[in-house]
Amino acid sequence: MLMKLTGGRIVDPAHGVNDEVRDIYVNNGRIVKAPSDGKIDQEINLRGKVVMAGAIDMHTHIGGGKVNIARTMLPEDHAADVVARTELMRSGCGHAAPSTLTAGYRYAEMGYTAGFEPAILPINARQAHMEMHDTPIIDKGGYVMLGSDDYLLRMMAANDDQESINNYVAWTITHSQAIGVKVVNPGGINAFKFNQRKLDLDEKNSFYGVTPREILLRLSRAVKELGIPHPLHVHGCNLGVPGNMNTTLDTITGIDGLPMHMTHIQFHSYGTEGDFKFSSGAAEIAEAINSNKNITVDVGQILFGQTVTASGDSMMQHAAHSHAHPNKWVTMDIECDAGCGVLPFKYKDQSYVNALQWMIGLETFLLVEDPWRIFLTTDHPNGAPFTSYPHLIKLLMDKSFRNDVLSELHPEAQKASRLASIDREYSLYEIAIMTRAGAAKLVGLADRGHLGVGGAADITVYTDDDDREKMFSKPDYVFKDGKMVVENGDLIDVTWGTTHVVKPEYDNSIEKELKGYFDKYLTMKMGNFKISDDEIVDDGRGSLTIQPLHKGGRI
Amino acid sequence: MTERNEAGVWQEVPSPFCGIASDDLTISVNDQQVTVIENGDPITVKGFETPITDTVPRVDGQETSLANAVQRIAELMRDSQQTVISGLGTDLNGARSAMALADKGRATVDHMNSTGAFRNFLVLQDTGWMNTTLAEVKNRVDLLLVVGSDIESAYPRFYERMVWPQETLFSQDIESRDVIYLGKAPSGDASTSPKGKKAQVIPCDDADLPEVMSVLRALIAGRTLQADQIGGIAISVLSDLAEKLKAAKYSVVTWSAAMLDFDHAEATVQTLCEMVKDLNVETRSSGLPLGGKEGDTTVNQVAAWQSGYPMRSNFNRGYPDYDPYLSDSLRMLADDEVDTLIWVSSFDIDRTPPKTDTTTVVLGRSGMTFGQEPAVFIPVGTPGIDHAGRAFRTDSVVSIPLRQLRDSGLPSTFEVLSAVEQAL
Ligand SMILES: [Zn+2]
Repeated sequence: MLMKLTGGRIVDPAHGVNDEVRDIYVNNGRIVKAPSDGKIDQEINLRGKVVMAGAIDMHTHIGGGKVNIARTMLPEDHAADVVARTELMRSGCGHAAPSTLTAGYRYAEMGYTAGFEPAILPINARQAHMEMHDTPIIDKGGYVMLGSDDYLLRMMAANDDQESINNYVAWTITHSQAIGVKVVNPGGINAFKFNQRKLDLDEKNSFYGVTPREILLRLSRAVKELGIPHPLHVHGCNLGVPGNMNTTLDTITGIDGLPMHMTHIQFHSYGTEGDFKFSSGAAEIAEAINSNKNITVDVGQILFGQTVTASGDSMMQHAAHSHAHPNKWVTMDIECDAGCGVLPFKYKDQSYVNALQWMIGLETFLLVEDPWRIFLTTDHPNGAPFTSYPHLIKLLMDKSFRNDVLSELHPEAQKASRLASIDREYSLYEIAIMTRAGAAKLVGLADRGHLGVGGAADITVYTDDDDREKMFSKPDYVFKDGKMVVENGDLIDVTWGTTHVVKPEYDNSIEKELKGYFDKYLTMKMGNFKISDDEIVDDGRGSLTIQPLHKGGRI
Repeated sequence: MTERNEAGVWQEVPSPFCGIASDDLTISVNDQQVTVIENGDPITVKGFETPITDTVPRVDGQETSLANAVQRIAELMRDSQQTVISGLGTDLNGARSAMALADKGRATVDHMNSTGAFRNFLVLQDTGWMNTTLAEVKNRVDLLLVVGSDIESAYPRFYERMVWPQETLFSQDIESRDVIYLGKAPSGDASTSPKGKKAQVIPCDDADLPEVMSVLRALIAGRTLQADQIGGIAISVLSDLAEKLKAAKYSVVTWSAAMLDFDHAEATVQTLCEMVKDLNVETRSSGLPLGGKEGDTTVNQVAAWQSGYPMRSNFNRGYPDYDPYLSDSLRMLADDEVDTLIWVSSFDIDRTPPKTDTTTVVLGRSGMTFGQEPAVFIPVGTPGIDHAGRAFRTDSVVSIPLRQLRDSGLPSTFEVLSAVEQAL
């Protein structure tokens, strides 16, 4: 069926199209050329409407063990947002740790058509995929976590060559069905199991003698040499610690120019100045990002209210446990592979530290110049639930609104921030870069995040409104793979998105040693660890999309 | 991967029965008869080798087609004011279909092992914990404290696989590992080291365990106590244990919530978990809850991601209404609040529905027998034997792929419950 979307104002940064009136044709889930015979089956009038590709959340904790621990431990948080069943939708819960079904519906209702789980433990990848399989409408995928796994650290301690590490990284990505590689507190989760309580960039793991810096270099080189489009996704050292900005600056400059994505940079941009010994490092960090073109970041903006922090960083979550609100928390050591920590948390606007965190995030958004290298996230749910994105967009696009909110916050924090003096307002085009074109490029999605011929017909249509929160909360239409799933902000159809992966090549002889390692030290056979393509297809509504590798990948 | 050679022998078969997901089993299949050739234990052998008997559904004791049986269940649900879907001995997709059916049919969900499981969930939801998983135990444990549980009776291969491996990642001398039982004594010798070092046993009655655990926690926190014994245990013995835990580099405190079978055992689990947190101020220590049987972890996981809650939600009002007390299916049955019970039990023929006058539907493993014929009985396949599937093990982190080993023609729980949902 050929559908014509007529006369919308197209904002498609991937093709340099900024608010131009054009028609879009859709057939079989794809954007196609205008038919030569002019025959169409359906026309939808979009005159005056703003048209963008479906939005992509490149970092959102939507599936896997720690998210499910968060759900299980927070009945009181769900109680305020239980979601009733409808003809179309399953029941569930929303807010900080939403049920998978509700998460998918709400992402779609906001015009999002893809979300990527950033912290898939290899040994827990099967669960992450089960949960994402039960997340409707949006496409999904994830970054597999390495860097605290004993296998890699053993290789590094033995000074194995880069080729061997590349093979291991490619093997792990392939068999956990991931699209990228993440490292969380490099080596720190492992060090915590040896009772180390912090691990600076050049501090050695007490057993392996390996440092976080070495891990970052090895893994980012592997990702580049394998041709994996998504750069190494880094949750750095010392998350949340006052003064960590210096570690972050050192991490940026220490990566030898290799591509690196630094996630939730807000949590890593803290200085130690002032009476509270807690200050904003956003200006220095933004400057470093501006001048190091190999670096991309997402912000991890905090917004005020109750949420839950769920992280692979067992070491730093344990260190922060006294801040849990309500006072309950979980950490886990996991399977010689990784770990996790879950703490409910309430960000308070009258707390100096929380107010300044809010300002640091916004300063970072506004001081980083290139919207292709910074991404809109709250690190859902760690800084705030993803449902707050329209509010965040308004803060970025509307200076007077931003300053109104700012003026209500902790007065000492206001004095410690230069936010009020920053005039920048994001344009629609820049928002579209951050949430569509740039995100697709960063994750490595060839056919998403743009409105060009051949692209997937993931399309979101808005009514232009000076109230940007209102505009981005309720799209007029959302099309997923060419199917209208949202009309006037309401879900009208439930579809099931695909799972995006990459399949880098590796030398299969690596399995000989890996099999021995699984047999001797782990509690599962190597063959049973591997997640087959059939498991992703599952009951038939799942599918796998293999995204292309960058040229120049070796092996 | 589970593979079959030409003689009908499968290698590296994962067990959905044992709770620790042993996946090194060798199994032969001749026609419909499954035999565990290597690495079996009483629980996995029974799990795999229980023969098929019935293959035909029954309604009111009369053999009928699957389609008729499904229709009958849908009718019962349509006429029902309060359906409970329980038992739930099933795998990933069985759990998914049960949740979908409960949502549509406004039923309550519960699991046959919930009484034990909720001793842990109540703690998770109140104060949390610091836990670990099996491979960490295998490679790191230097002191294993077993609280109130004879774990080898329910987890026969736990010691062999997790505590006494040939080799560990960090070159630890296996014989240096200490095992200490607090409460129940072990029923066998699994906890004895390969060279014959026996576990230390500090016995006490279940009834005294809450107080004993509180004292142990207090001693670890450095408090001095007036009493010189508690629950028949000299305080000096507990002081000694406290010192050992503090000196250990990676102690693991394990328990089977099902075996802590006394009133308010959740309070004892909480003391234990808080004690582990206290130990982590200076050293490392972790909890390890043992469960994972009859699909309990799988079902609780699926329920949590699909609804936000583990078991014990009522969907009567169109949304998950979670209440660990009100939606306890045993309490509901006892108080006559249920008019239709759907009991799913696809792993173990001995896990039959509770005795009740309530109209009962059973999706059970072939071979199950009943004191009282249920209104509907559908023999269903066992995940990992009759059909493929996935299941979580005790630590709620690792899940295993289950494979179809024989072609019995028995439907899966997923197929049956999905058909009922369609027919509703
Ligand atoms: Zn994150």
